[in-house]
Amino acid sequence: MSPDFTQNHFELFALPVSYELDMQALERAYRNLLREVHPDRHAGASDAEKRLAAQWATRANEGYQVLKSPLRRGRYFLHINGVDTEEESNTAMPVDFLQQQMDWRESVVDARLAGDERRLCTLAARRTQDEVAMFELLRQQLSASGTLGEARLTVRKLRFLEKLGEEIDDALETFAA
Amino acid sequence: MALLQIAEPGEATAPHQHRLAVGIDLGTTNSLVATVRSGTAEVLLNHDGDPLLPSVVRYQQRGDVIVGHAARAAQAEDPENTVVSVKRFMGRGIADVAKYGALPYRFIDSPGMVKIDTVAGIKSPVDVSAEILKVLRNLAEESLAGELVGAVITVPAYFDDSQRQATKDAAGLAGINVLRLLNEPTAAAVAYGLDNASEGTFAVFDLGGGTFDISILRLAKGIFEVLSTNGDSSLGGDDFDQAIGAHWRSVNGIAAADHRDTRKLLLKAREVKERLTTQEFVETVLPLSYGQEFRLRLSRQEFQAMTAPLVQRMLQPVRKALRDARLSVTDIDGVVMVGGATRMPHVQQAVASFFGKAPLNNLDPDKVVALGAAIQANVLAGNRAADDLLLLDVIPLSLGLETMGGLTEKVIPRNSTIPTARAQEFTTFKDGQTAMAIHVVQGERELVKDCRSLARFELRGIPPMVAGAARIKVLFQVDADGLLSVSAREMVSGVETHVEVKPSYGLSDAEITEMLKASFSHADEDARARALFEQRVEAGRMIEALRAALAKDGDTLLAEDERAVIDASMQTLAQTATGDDHRAIKESIAALSNATEPFAARRMDRSVADVLRGRKIEDVKI
Repeated sequence: MSPDFTQNHFELFALPVSYELDMQALERAYRNLLREVHPDRHAGASDAEKRLAAQWATRANEGYQVLKSPLRRGRYFLHINGVDTEEESNTAMPVDFLQQQMDWRESVVDARLAGDERRLCTLAARRTQDEVAMFELLRQQLSASGTLGEARLTVRKLRFLEKLGEEIDDALETFAA
Repeated sequence: MALLQIAEPGEATAPHQHRLAVGIDLGTTNSLVATVRSGTAEVLLNHDGDPLLPSVVRYQQRGDVIVGHAARAAQAEDPENTVVSVKRFMGRGIADVAKYGALPYRFIDSPGMVKIDTVAGIKSPVDVSAEILKVLRNLAEESLAGELVGAVITVPAYFDDSQRQATKDAAGLAGINVLRLLNEPTAAAVAYGLDNASEGTFAVFDLGGGTFDISILRLAKGIFEVLSTNGDSSLGGDDFDQAIGAHWRSVNGIAAADHRDTRKLLLKAREVKERLTTQEFVETVLPLSYGQEFRLRLSRQEFQAMTAPLVQRMLQPVRKALRDARLSVTDIDGVVMVGGATRMPHVQQAVASFFGKAPLNNLDPDKVVALGAAIQANVLAGNRAADDLLLLDVIPLSLGLETMGGLTEKVIPRNSTIPTARAQEFTTFKDGQTAMAIHVVQGERELVKDCRSLARFELRGIPPMVAGAARIKVLFQVDADGLLSVSAREMVSGVETHVEVKPSYGLSDAEITEMLKASFSHADEDARARALFEQRVEAGRMIEALRAALAKDGDTLLAEDERAVIDASMQTLAQTATGDDHRAIKESIAALSNATEPFAARRMDRSVADVLRGRKIEDVKI
């Protein structure tokens, strides 16, 4: 016997199945659940019980990681609604978006080579702005059942922005060192 | 030799018996053992009243082994056979060890981990560490007058899987039951947090003799949640000694000395480094083996200037840890300093200026890790209601697989909370392909050759299919000790080929068993008595736990016939435990575990449901 794997992550934490999430409620549920199921709580138990505890804790950790991240939660929400984000298979992106991404990446490389920290910070701020706006769009698209298909593209775009953010952070780190 | 406590039949099953458990800080320079007595964690002192056991092991001709102060005193005299800082070799290959510069040992290349050729034979770092652990175990069993049920052993947070596995094997070899491998900064946070009843977000800056860790933790309501960890498992106080040694060599023209003189030079360097913590200037004399004497001097300013690059090297992992935790320095409520090397004033200053606040030093940086480990050992041994303390730790380095072109595909990203598991699907790339090579690696780099190789295995018996039709699911599981196991399975065919690997550094279970046997060869009786003791403790613990569970939930969760089966199985175990056949006890334990599996599952389901319905509320205790 093992944890009920037919439950989705929202159900696991007894939260409403909705993209919009009360983060405090999530954290509370996660912590309460781990207090019960963490292997340290069952250190003196039988092997069977230890195994169960490990499975439950693994499941809780996985669910928490997915729900905590707005991008992973979005992707997961689409997945449980039967919508595949096609991030591996579908490489079609609007030309203007791709153009902008390429421009930004070039700017990051230029600024890094030129040692221009200020320019990087400006880029980072603009990227964050874009990301905030795009998460808002995602929230809207995921709150109405008719727009789930459109949300796929938003998720793919957000993945680009996430990567860009990592590149900017990497570049900023080289200055700090 | 420890005295064996003979458990009388029935004694082991007595309820609420205090179980002897210790925390062990197996350090690069010094090792310590601590325990909780009358509710307080304390470090155990050896016969000389000293809490620190130098992590130095000397092998002698007749096979005698000397550990601790006496070995340390002999290191300049017999450097080839006196192993210092063995922790730096745990789970490391010959190429890694070469990076540490000139060392006096006769290293032998062997798969995954180096070995050392000593006058007493070839020793692996696992053997050497086991000698240190044996001394600590004996010290604990003498001080506490009884057999240990187990120990929590600390490891640097940035230790990879091979280094952790090696540590666990060393404990096994020393006859220690490992309750948990615990990350050193987390252990320090436990000791510190409980002592200060702190809440908030803390950075633990842990600079040991040979390793550097930084962990960012959030402490709230008894939960210690590690948000991120980073570090450098080959940067520590030793490097500062090396820097001083190199400086003297060039300034004073100390000729290419032999191993003995190198040891003397480094010992002198360490002494001067320590004195510079309180003094501005140190002058000393170094007599060398060929009769020459060197008058050496060093000012604190010079020392700090020459080691500034080492201090800078520490700040990079700190920045990365903050970034991974998505925090900035202003979010950090306090910085806890751990490890003797953090006493150096310029390390203190660098940390203070980076975080913009004075670091916290109110617990002894040499002892805090062992104390935290003891507290956790006490919880895991079941001596204390665990309600008020829960540690959520992470893996320090990403785990992944080699894919086409020598690239790494990450399966579990670094800083994932453990225990964790993740599956990845792969497919065949040739028609009729019936086998697939799986190479498990750990690290952040994109190319496999830049990551650490943990294990290789082959999945065979895939039914021939067209390319891309097979679905091979590779499952990574990391347990609460941070140790990985990997299994692979072909999903489409219905033929389930299943392989399990426990990555290690080339030591198979059989080899470990062989080493264990060898270590017990002079003490066969001892080994049997220990096995019997362990099984009896296990049996007693299990019966006690089951009785409590039955009293609470037996009536509501079990049908009468199910209850009868469990009762009978429990009766059998209680009976077997009075005998002296440890194998029979082990079998009865397994049988009872099987019999209670559905009951355990129902109890877990119920407690989870209760939690989520809000019947148990987080704040209820406060």
